[in-house]
Formats: sequence, structure tokens, C-alpha cells
Amino acid sequence: MASAELPVLKPADYGTDQDVRWCPGCGDYSILAQMKKVMSTLNMSREDTVFVSGIGCSSRFPYYMNTYGMHSVHGRAPAFATGLKSARQDLTVFVITGDGDALSIGGNHLMHVLRRNVNLNIILFNNRIYGLTKGQYSPTSEKGKVTKSTPMGAIDNPIHPLSVALSCEATFVARSIDVHIKHLADTLEKAVAHKGVSFVEVYQNCNVFNDGAYKWATDKDTKADTVLELEHGKPLIFGKNRDKGIRLNGITPEVVELGKGITEDDLLFHDAKSADPTLAYLLTRMSHPEFPEPIGVLRDIDAPCYDDAINYQVQQAKETRGEASLEKLFNSGDTWVVE
Amino acid sequence: MSTTTDETTIVKEIQPLEEATVRFCGDSGDGMQLAGTQFSNTSALAGNDIATFPDFPAEIRAPRGTLAGVSGFQIHFASHDIFTPGEAVDALVAMNPAALKTNLGDLKRNGVLIINSDAFDKKSLGQAGYETNPIEDESLSGYQTFAVPMTSMTRGAVDGLDLSVKEADRCRNFFAMGLVFWLYGRSMEPTLRFIDAKFAKVANVAEANRRALKAGHAFGETTDAFRSSYKVDKAKLAPGRYRNMTGNQALAWGLMTAAKLSEKKLFLGSYPITPASDILHELSKYKNFDVLTFQAEDEIAAVCSAIGAAYGGEMALTTTSGPGMALKGEAMGLAMMLELPLVIVDVQRGGPSTGLPTKTEQADLLQAMFGRNGESPIPVIAARSPADCFDVAIEAWRLAVRFMTPIVVLTDGYIANGSEPWRIPNVADLPKIEVKHPGPRNEDDPPFMAYKRNEELARPWAIPGTPGLMHRVGGLEKQDGTGNVSYDPANHHHMVLTRAKKVANIASVVPKQEVMGAESGKVLVVSWGGTYGSCRTAVARMQAAGKSVSHAHIRYLNPFPSNLGELLSSFDKILVPELNLGQLRMLLRDKFLVDAVGLNKVQGKPFTTTEIADKIESLLG
Repeated sequence: MASAELPVLKPADYGTDQDVRWCPGCGDYSILAQMKKVMSTLNMSREDTVFVSGIGCSSRFPYYMNTYGMHSVHGRAPAFATGLKSARQDLTVFVITGDGDALSIGGNHLMHVLRRNVNLNIILFNNRIYGLTKGQYSPTSEKGKVTKSTPMGAIDNPIHPLSVALSCEATFVARSIDVHIKHLADTLEKAVAHKGVSFVEVYQNCNVFNDGAYKWATDKDTKADTVLELEHGKPLIFGKNRDKGIRLNGITPEVVELGKGITEDDLLFHDAKSADPTLAYLLTRMSHPEFPEPIGVLRDIDAPCYDDAINYQVQQAKETRGEASLEKLFNSGDTWVVE
Repeated sequence: MSTTTDETTIVKEIQPLEEATVRFCGDSGDGMQLAGTQFSNTSALAGNDIATFPDFPAEIRAPRGTLAGVSGFQIHFASHDIFTPGEAVDALVAMNPAALKTNLGDLKRNGVLIINSDAFDKKSLGQAGYETNPIEDESLSGYQTFAVPMTSMTRGAVDGLDLSVKEADRCRNFFAMGLVFWLYGRSMEPTLRFIDAKFAKVANVAEANRRALKAGHAFGETTDAFRSSYKVDKAKLAPGRYRNMTGNQALAWGLMTAAKLSEKKLFLGSYPITPASDILHELSKYKNFDVLTFQAEDEIAAVCSAIGAAYGGEMALTTTSGPGMALKGEAMGLAMMLELPLVIVDVQRGGPSTGLPTKTEQADLLQAMFGRNGESPIPVIAARSPADCFDVAIEAWRLAVRFMTPIVVLTDGYIANGSEPWRIPNVADLPKIEVKHPGPRNEDDPPFMAYKRNEELARPWAIPGTPGLMHRVGGLEKQDGTGNVSYDPANHHHMVLTRAKKVANIASVVPKQEVMGAESGKVLVVSWGGTYGSCRTAVARMQAAGKSVSHAHIRYLNPFPSNLGELLSSFDKILVPELNLGQLRMLLRDKFLVDAVGLNKVQGKPFTTTEIADKIESLLG
């Protein structure tokens, strides 16, 4: 963080002079704008920040940020970021990825970066389609999705990214929507504040190959009934008139109407700080149209970070075995002299 | 320590020898690798030059007593410089019939053959395919055969130590060691020290191994069967302090040293794979040297994490074997595009695919050269022997940072697991590796040019955290100078040429190709990697016989040394022995239009000196 004497950077100061080459109307623009805004709000240092991405439309992101950046290979950004962050703990590292990049080719790396709890901020742009390769279905596309590669409909079950993240022991899990800019900025800020891996899924519209995938969540008329904003410690309430809620029936969530004998106290209360991921997991299983889909922070817990641990072991080794000396090492054990 | 002599009453004859080759072989659970390693270390400590060749099956424990489960360890030791683990064996220790069957062919006529006779029961003989017991028939009459009931003698030695029969029998290898130690006049002290350290927490096992070792030694001394023992004098190696090193260990130490010499942390991203895993194990031991070891989820993550660390400004390394490098190909291409320093170690093994994981081969040269999409030139250097791995590791990093490039280091299973004496360098004499990072810039300075090159065409290594140098790297083609993404056709052509030229420039800073022998003549033997020892020995033998043969061993495979073409053209015939079907030969023919002849062997085994000498002979006509 900059000291008080330094000029406060405006969002535009975090952008590069490069032409942004996303399709007009792409949801990525909104995420880029909010990222710059968040960096400005938090007065983040440009030279201490690195954006690492894989391949895909979203992965062009680093070229548009006036920070350090690496546009890497498909699906592997978490691995690059793990090496970078382990070697350079002083840097703030973001991973920018898409649903194909993170969940298909990079599924393995996503799983491991999450379970290791490397102190990174992973932003997953989920448009439920392959944009850069021009419109094939993705791991998050709905079953039956008709695309260029699935003319008779997709036969794979879609992945729920947040379910995956929680099952991989992610310590910070959140969701937002590209056009809900205030909510998005707020979620990104919280992700940056979290120590450990933060995983943010952003519902993002691809207006060329999958336009309106999240129309239900973004339309003024429907969003109050289809989206549920999570707040830690608060009951799960939604609806235009805030008259609906989520209650647990056994271990199954159900939508109930408030009134008629049901009060707030009957509802499920959100606990983002719970060490047990079970309730957070239940939230990830709530899908449109049966349920309103939760946005906001599902989980935010403290746990030891990989990058701290790997460097701590170095520290510990130095303390117990003393400062490294090649001379000593070379001459240790069985040696002999030839005169 | 210096030499130690056991004060034993030696009444038997001691025959002086210049050199000897001993092989321990037995079941893969018999501890033959341990026996071989102990004998090697002891021989090295006694001042001999040594070269070793461990050879073991890919299975952790193949079914007991089977031919497939035989594990062996060969040691060649001498009172002069040696370069190979030897071919014909002077003394063979066979712990069971299967080991005898698979190894007897390599024992010299009238060589010493020590057999654990207790293991020659009906079942084991049957498993090895013997119809009659070779100890009892005439089939071993051509050797000095000593059938020793090692199992029962070991059991006797450890009696009263509260060990199960199985535990007692596991000490057999120490009995065998003790016997061979006696045979070659070796001190038991280093091994006794090893036992103390290794089994410190299990006092009865330590005592059992001590007793078994001493029992073996005493048996050699007292039995009437052995009429003489042997003595190999100290080798006249260059003065200095020595220790015994395997290739993998020397490589790990070289890499740690390179990190120190450049004042960098060492980041290793690796995924376990035979025969490279020991480098990961070794580096993991030395975290106090600012070594970060990351055992990644796969080979791809391993190399990618290393590239991330390189971008962060640290010394980055990934270690693997052939199949692993195949997976790393895409990321290696990226590292080449990013123009970041990165050391990629490939400990070659038998291929293709899983191939022969525990056996040696040299067939990844073309993969190292070309195994990536697009025009992706990456320098390649190769180690020639276990101790040489130390120097090659440092050299690799020196070139990588100077030219801002990934670099491949090739070794192989034979070098990696084999050992030889390593002369301990004086750390103060090792030249520092100078690494320059551009410093901070102000807002009103001209924009930072991430791809502006120096006279050797290397770009600056600007590291995150430096104000004013913010830049983006990536696999999309970059505009020369600025590093901005560029789809300009002429720029792409220019950048492809520039990257190729940068790698070619390395030839101007590496030593000229040396040659052992005359710089012109009838036959030039050209080798690379682990075949160095057998080629050198074969050529030396031919030269001693007055033949017009020279030897050039190539360390720098991409780019080749600048004088190599001229050297090749100075000989009537070029012979390229390789443990592949002619990969270096193909490169030499392509680059220099010479009619190089190959000697090729792909059997998972190194060349014997004789194989090479015979081929040279045939070319001399």
C-alpha cells in the first residue's frame, strides 16, 4: 500500500494504452472496469501486483492492466501463480480465468491450488460457453445445450464451480455478476482482503455465442426473485418485497414465503465463517429456476497458506541447521584427500 | 578422513591388481543396491578411482526368486583414472539362482564367484530354470566358485538379538559385503559408521548388521577356501579433497551452488519420475540453502510453477525424465517466448512412452531440440559423467541468465545413479554468476521496453515489484522492443529469426570443441552424454595401439561449438556411438553435411568399451 504522500491513483491509471479487443458488449469490460476501480479504492500498488491468466477471452485481461502480468498457457495459470507467489510472497497475485480454462483443461490445477490455499485471488469468468474458439459448449453449459460441437445437445452434466471449490477446501468462495457492478466491486474487495486462496465466480455474458445466459439474474423484472444476496449472519431472504426465504427441511433447502406462520427465525442464517463447509455447499446447489441463486461471499475462513508454509520451512531449516555454507556441505561426511 | 587399515593378521597371499570389477546381484529385496553403494564409497575412500553401475528392475518387489526380479550393482575401481563401470566382471556375488543365471555371462573365465548356497533350494532353482543345481554339477568349473551358506551363517551371527527369521535374513547383504570387503582388503569402518547412523533408532538391527558384516569378513579371513585376497592401490588422481557422488546428487548440488553464486533463491517445481526423483529428494533436504521445492500435481504444473518463479526473479528449475518433458513441451515453448531463464533437467531413460523406466537411453535429444510447436529454439547441454553433472548444472544456469532463455540439461539414468569421485571445489574460486535486473523508473521517464535487447540479443529481466517497469509477458507474439502484442507478419518473422539468432549466439561464448588426440586423422569418434566413458576408454585403447583415432565429446549440443564443423571435416570418417538410433548423427549430418556413421544400441544398457573399439577397428579397415 502506498503511503499518504503518494498520489492516489485513479481507476484509469491502472489501465494500459493497449486496445481492448473484446467484442463490443462483452461482460468482460465490466469486470475490467470494476477491477481498476477496486485497485484504485484500495490504493493498490501497480508494481506489486501481478495478473496471471491462461487462455481464452478473459485471459487477455493482463494485457489491459498496467501492472505486471503473464498471459500463460491454457488452464495452467494456477500453477504459474503458485510458483510466483511461493517465490515472491510480497506480491499480490491474481489469476484470471474462464469456465473452459479453469474447469476443463485446467481442472486439475484448480483443484490443487485451492486445496493448497495459496494466497491468490482467482477470478473465474463464467459465461457457460467457449468464446475464443467460437461457440462450443463448456463444462458449465447446461445439459442439452445446442452448440457447434453439440448439434443434438450436450450430454455432459455441468459442473458447479462453487461446489467444486468448496470440495477442494477453498477458504474463500464468492459469486457475483458482471453487470451488478457495485456488488462485483464489493466482492472483489473482499476477495483481495482475504488471506489465502479466494475463488470468485463471476456470471458473465457472452453476447456473441451465449447471449442472455444469465438474463434471469440481470433483468430488472426478475432479478429480485432469482438472485439471493448473501450477508454473513443474516437470514436468507429474497424477492422484490423481501417476502421469501430459504429454510432447511432436514438437510434440503426449500423456498418458503414469509408470513403465514413463517418468520425470519425459521430461515437459514448465513454463516460465511463456519469452519464446516456443509451449509456453504448447500448454497452452491441452489440453481435457477428452482431456487434463487446466491451471490456474495459463501465462505471466508482463516487457514494456513501454502506460500507462508513453504517459506516458513526455509526459515525453520535456517534456524535449526544454520546459515547455508557450501564449503561445509561439500566437505561433510566421508571425504578423502589425494596428495 | 584419509585411509584406514584394519589391523588384522593377514596370513594369506595378497595379490596386487591395477583394477577390478565387482558385481553384487540378488533378488530386488536383497539389499544389493545398498551393498554396492557401501562398497563403492569404501573403495572411493580407500583412494581408488571408481565408476559404478546400478541396474535394477522397474518393479519395487518383483516376485521373489524370479529372473525378472534380479537387482545388480557393479563397481569398477582402479589405481588409475577410469571412465566406465567396467564390462567383464572379476568377482560376482550371486545371492540366489536367478541372480546367477542372469549375471554369470558377464563373469570372466576363472573369475571369483561367490554364491549364497542356502538359496539354491529346489524351488529357487526351478524358478530360475535350472534343472540341476549348478553348485553340484560341473557348470561352474570355469570359475573360482565359493559356495557359502550365507543365510545360515548370518542367522548364526545374529543369534540372540531377538530378531525374527525374516529380519535376520535381511542382514545377509551385510554378510556378503563383509566377505567382499575382506577379499579386496577394504576397511569396514565407513560401513560400520553408516550402520550406526542409519539404524541409530533400532539398536538390535544395527547390532545384527554389524555382526553380519564382521562375520562375512571373518569368514573370508579364516576359511580355507580363499587362498588369497586382492589389493588395488590408490589412484593417482589430481590432488585435492574428494568425495563420492552420484550424478543426481552432483546435479542437485550444482544447482544449489549456481543459486548461491547468483544470490538467488532456488525454486524447484517437480513431479516424481524415475530416474529423476532423487534430484527432488536431494534438493528437498537443503531448504536452509534458500531452496523452495514444490512437488506439483503433475509435470505441467511443475514446469509452469517454475516459470512463475522465474518471472518473479528467482532461479527456476524443473527436473524430469523423458515422458515428463513431453508433457512440459507447451510450457517450455512459452518460457522460450517469454525469454525467461529456466533450467529443465531431463534424466533420460528407456523410451518411448513408459519404456524401460529404470534403464538408460539417450533418445531424448531430438525431443529436447524440437519437441515443441512452432519455431522454438532452446539450448541443450549434456553431462558426461556423475561428477560432471555439478559443472553442467552451473554452466546451464550461467547461460540461461546471460541469454534469458530456458535451457535443457540432458543426463541419463546411467549417469544419474552411477557414482564416481568428485573433486571438491574451493567455493571461493567458483566464479560468481552476475545477474542484472533493471532498476526503478519514474513516471516521466520514457516507457520501459521489456523486449529491448542487448548486443547478445538478451532482453532485460525486469522483476515484479520494481516501480515503473510494469510489463506484460505472454505467449502471443510480441512486438520487438515494446513487448506489446503484435500480429504484424513481418514482426513475427523478425522475432522468430531473432530468437533463433539469440540461441545461436551462445556458440560465441562457449568453449571451442576439444578433441582427445590429433586434430585430424582417419577416424573421429563423436559422442555426447553418458557414453563419454566408454568412448574415451575405447579411443585411448586404440591410440595406445598406434591407431589414427581421436575423440570429440560434445557438451554443447545446441548450439554446437563454433569449430565443430571444421573439426569434423579434418577426419576421413566420423563415428557417432549413441544409445539411440542416430539422433546426434542426424543433427551432424544436417548441420555439417558429413557422412557420419552410427554405432547404435537401444537395450537399456550402456556401451561396453569393446563394442566401440570393435566398431572403430572396422572403420579403420
